Amino acid sequence: MFEGILIAGFGGQGVLSTGQLLAYAGMKENKHVAWIPSYGPEMRGGTANCGVTISDRPISSPVVSEPTVLIAMNRPSLEKFEPAVVPSGLILVNSSLIHIKTKRSDVKTVYVPANDIAESLGNGKVANNIILGVLLELTGVVSTESVLEALKEVLPPKRHNLIPINQEALEKGRQLAREFKAS
Amino acid sequence: MAKVLMKGNEAIGEGAVRAGCRYFFGYPITPQSELPHYLAKRMPEVGGLYLQSESETAAANMVFGAAGAGARVMTSSSGPGISLMQEGISYIAGAELPCVIVNMIRGGPGLGNIAPAQSDYFQAVKGGGHGDYRVICLAPASVQEIIDLMQDAFDLADKYRNPVMLLADGVLGQMMEPVELGEEKFVQPPEKPWAATGRKKGGPKRLINSLYIVPEECEQHNLKLAKKYAVISREEQRWEEYHLDDARLVIVAFGTSARVCKAVVDRARDEGMAVGLLRPITVWPYPTGVIKRIREKVDRFLVVEMNMGQMIEDVRLAVEGARPVHFYGRAGGMMPVARDIFNEVKKLYNGGAEQ
Amino acid sequence: MKKVFTRPESLKDIPFHYCPGCTHGIVHRLVAEVIDEMDMYERALGVAPVGCSVFIYNYMDFDMYQAAHGRAPAVATGIKRVLPDRLVFTYQGDGDAAAIGTGELVHAAARGEKITVIFINNAVYAMTGGQMAPTTLLGQKTTTTPAGRDAGINGMPVKVCEMLAPLDGSAYLARVSVHNPKNIVAAKKAIRKAFDIQMRGDGFTLVEVLSSCPTNWGLSPLEALKWLEQNMIPYYPLGEYKTPAEVGK
Repeated sequence: MFEGILIAGFGGQGVLSTGQLLAYAGMKENKHVAWIPSYGPEMRGGTANCGVTISDRPISSPVVSEPTVLIAMNRPSLEKFEPAVVPSGLILVNSSLIHIKTKRSDVKTVYVPANDIAESLGNGKVANNIILGVLLELTGVVSTESVLEALKEVLPPKRHNLIPINQEALEKGRQLAREFKAS
Repeated sequence: MAKVLMKGNEAIGEGAVRAGCRYFFGYPITPQSELPHYLAKRMPEVGGLYLQSESETAAANMVFGAAGAGARVMTSSSGPGISLMQEGISYIAGAELPCVIVNMIRGGPGLGNIAPAQSDYFQAVKGGGHGDYRVICLAPASVQEIIDLMQDAFDLADKYRNPVMLLADGVLGQMMEPVELGEEKFVQPPEKPWAATGRKKGGPKRLINSLYIVPEECEQHNLKLAKKYAVISREEQRWEEYHLDDARLVIVAFGTSARVCKAVVDRARDEGMAVGLLRPITVWPYPTGVIKRIREKVDRFLVVEMNMGQMIEDVRLAVEGARPVHFYGRAGGMMPVARDIFNEVKKLYNGGAEQ
Repeated sequence: MKKVFTRPESLKDIPFHYCPGCTHGIVHRLVAEVIDEMDMYERALGVAPVGCSVFIYNYMDFDMYQAAHGRAPAVATGIKRVLPDRLVFTYQGDGDAAAIGTGELVHAAARGEKITVIFINNAVYAMTGGQMAPTTLLGQKTTTTPAGRDAGINGMPVKVCEMLAPLDGSAYLARVSVHNPKNIVAAKKAIRKAFDIQMRGDGFTLVEVLSSCPTNWGLSPLEALKWLEQNMIPYYPLGEYKTPAEVGK
């Protein structure tokens, strides 16, 4: 298996930490993983993206130039990166903030109103984990259990009270994906 | 021991601490910032010192002082800052002081950019500063290898009383990969009787110096250095071989480029092409031995670099005209893409078959 | 017979290479005497500059370092941070400390680096052939100011003590001269005070020593000392520019 996942949005959307969580979960499953951020002069408020590669073979370049999966958390990210997605790849669109459709017809696209669902769960900040849940269900790149296990290590102990809401968000995302698959 | 996910820049810091380094002097520059951030926090935990200097020039000279005083010491920077350090590095090499210098190469020349590059190869392996000297250069290709090589870097520096440079780029510095840290053991740096720590009455006077005003003496000094470099060249060549045994076409690449090329070799093998990879781990001393050994058995070499062709000169020196040496490079902070290299390989491989 | 005058133990028994009338030898001796008196021979570490006094590392009998041009304060920083209980001093000329090494000097002072800079101000680059130094006086003729230093072209001379005084990290700054015995005694006192303050850990210390360079000034040794007194001291007033509060003047 090989997944090159590009997660993009603006700073503060948890783009980098979601990527790290995914990489951590892959490591827990003894897969080869690599995570790399975009780095640049825009420290705050600009666009942020990171590439996560999860594979059962050693990873050559950690730079995800041809993503198998694109998670677009905002519109500039979708517009910038959708041409790079491999044919028959997957694009997850945060439709709470992106009101356009993808131009690609050769990829699978799932529209997830992640912020709206997160708000309905009572915490807008877990939008990234709603989408992560969708990703897990559709690709099986890592198991939800591994992500939860990784969450315990990535979050400092004083933030462990946030684990239940994150778990709920992941489950909600998976449920959504199951509905999508059924439809 | 459990694996942890670590950034390359942080791995350099942790690797240094575990190798017994207790002093870091440096000046901020992208893309190596996570390393000073890490050490600013980590050094005080182990009774060490992180000191931000007023310039890279000063940092290299602080390293000179600390190394002369017998400490395991390091600095880090990226291209423009490494250029400023060249004065100090020349003095450090001249005075035969051990230290470790990290260069997270970025796009150049001039201010260039902060994207990953390998364009400081010449500067690192051909001198960089003034005078006839060599710096041992290690080129890791993964975060795990960074950790492992940091220990070796300090050991080699002390063994040969010579500066050692870790040559990497923004990708290796920024990326996170699982690493096995192993047991943390206290490393006692070796005794350094030559260090100038205060002369005991009746004891030998120690002088940390690179000045030999009498030409005859300076020549002797250069001969002594050359002898040391010859020993290093003979003893310390390191490389990784990947499918070299039956390879008709051998790709030569280091660091980040080599990672990409490994995938190219896999794909070529899948398609029935006998392609292999030679990855120098030391770029000085250059692993010429292995190239001389295999050159008669292969049809051609392809050197892949993130620059416009620098290491290719060392490959050509080792091949000595026995086989064609081709080049593929991306520059200015652009990464070579596996597909493009593969196309190049295919073209050359088929061309080779026709001959 | 009682010996009333002898070579300091810290000073090696070899002749100086300096020109007749050069005051480097006097300052070398003062530093060595103070280190002897403080019983710091085994804990003294000196950093030689680039310039005429580069060979101070041969004259001082204890462990020494030789630094790149202007970088002595950075080298001393590295030494002192590794060996905080040693007496660490640099010995630098005006080109070394006040031109090419200004950055290293100012920031060592700003950090309150616990080192001592013995700063030799003779208003000229001596070793390279008498060129204009940052401290060359207005109107002073040098090989690169044949018509005399012109403020419109070269700006004004740098006053190092005055420049460093506002920095909170500097603990002791004094300007002394060695043109006559009285001032030599005062110069030695200042060096002792600087070393004591360094060892107390109060911060950065510097002693600026007005010195003569008969060769490059084109004067006899005696004329040079007179020239120093009449021309340098008015522009570079002697005295303490900074002392730790409790030490006093």
